[in-house]
Parts: sequence; structure tokens; C-alpha cells
Amino acid sequence: MVLITRKIEFAASHLYHNPALSPEENRRVFGKCNNPHGHGHNYTLEVTVAGEPDPVTGMVLDLKELKEILEREVMQRMDHRFLNYEVAELNGKIPTCENVARVIWELLDPKIKQGRLHRVRLYESADLFADCYRNGAAG
Amino acid sequence: MGVKIELGRRYRFAASHRLHTDRLSEEDNARVFGKCANPYGHGHNYVLEISVSGDVDPSTGMIANLAELDGFVEREVIEVVDHRSLNEDVAAFRDVVPTTENLCIEIFERLKRFPHAKLEHVRVQETANNSFEYDGNHKGK
Repeated sequence: MVLITRKIEFAASHLYHNPALSPEENRRVFGKCNNPHGHGHNYTLEVTVAGEPDPVTGMVLDLKELKEILEREVMQRMDHRFLNYEVAELNGKIPTCENVARVIWELLDPKIKQGRLHRVRLYESADLFADCYRNGAAG
Repeated sequence: MGVKIELGRRYRFAASHRLHTDRLSEEDNARVFGKCANPYGHGHNYVLEISVSGDVDPSTGMIANLAELDGFVEREVIEVVDHRSLNEDVAAFRDVVPTTENLCIEIFERLKRFPHAKLEHVRVQETANNSFEYDGNHKGK
């Protein structure tokens, strides 16, 4: 099995707020991430696909096609957007790194037909990231 | 089939060490450890990367509260090693060579006690070119 990884970057804003909690609780749990007008990050997304290279093309998948899937599913949806208000898949969820990575996994998994989605790693900053794996296949 | 999510976090610390063991002769120490056995030690800017897993709490969207995780790592690891001599100041290395392999194991043992998520692995980057990784959940496999 060979792993192939493509990286993209996008910029987006978000805030953390749970309407079921009091303003004091929101502040205690989320700290400055609860500031009402939000804040932003430069996100880096690494998408890893696993598979066997095709004997004719030598490719696990056509990177051009992966690039188009990432453009359609991630860039158009999230780049220069406010994640809380403009991304329907995050509706009702706190747009933490964990939740955004999971939404990206769920958007990409059915679209990748050659090879199999192996890992989604989303960096919110150089020092904070979330990894998604298929359950039972971590590593 | 579900998705497994891990939260990754990086921390930095600076420390010195000397690779040397009394179990070897001075010649063997010099042969095995090279300039890392120089008597007064030397230092690195280490980067520690950890991953934890667990259920994402629907009310917070988080596997673990970052402030709690950061506070735990600060107390258990950073305060213990940052701007220290690993050989002289860290009890675990009194009789154990403070290679970065052994440092990974010591850090894993300290951080696996984090009560709010499961520690998956630790990776320590000694320089931009050398890094070491340890997953104490699968010892001996």
C-alpha cells in the first residue's frame, strides 16, 4: 500500500459559543475563542489517500482529480468564510479543529473513488491540529 | 464505519544532555556516543508533539479542553525539562542515558496520566532532522 498526501491552505473565521450554556460558562469553557465577533486562522489541510499504484499509470489516484475534489468540497465551502454562519455542515456544531476535520472527512470520503481516504489532518495553527482516521485503522 | 479523531498539539522546550554511561569504558563511550559524550554536555531546542484521542464532547466540540491539556503538559513535562540539564535535573535520567528515545518514553509515562483523554503517542523532535516517536499503548509489538 502506498500513501499519497495533498496539502491545501485556506483562511476562515470562527467563534466558539454554545447557546445551551450561560455567558459565564461559555467564557469559562472557551476563553477568548468565545469573543462574540469571532477570529480567524490560516488552516492547513493534509489529505492522505491509500492504495496500490495502477500498473499502467503508476498512480494511486490522479492528483489532478484530488485537487479538484478539494477545491469543490473544501475551498469553495470554507475558504474566506465564517465557519459558524456560512458552512451548512457545521450548523449546530462548535467549529473546533476536531469538528471541522470530521466534516471534511465526511465530505471527502464518498468522493474519493480511486484509493481510499486514509487520513485527514487539519492544522488550525502550527501547534494545534486534528487527525481523522477510519475507525480501527489509526496509525 | 465511524471516524476516529485525534487532537495533536505541539510544545517547545530547550534542554541540555550528555550521552554517556558508567557501564561503558571511556573509550567505548566515545566510540558509541561520539561528540554527544563530551563531558559538559550540549543542548537542543526540542519540539514535543502529542496526540490524544477520545469522544468529541457535543457541548464543546472538543476531545479535551485545551487549557486543561496545556496546563497538564506544562506541569508534568515542560516545567520538569525546560532550561534544565536532563542528566542532572531529571530524576528519571539519574541512571538512564537521556537519549531522545528514552526522553520519549519518560514523557509518554508522565502524560499518559492525563485524565480527560487517551494519550496515543508522543513525538520528540531533537533537531529539524532528527525525531523520535513512542506509543506506549503497544509496547513490545
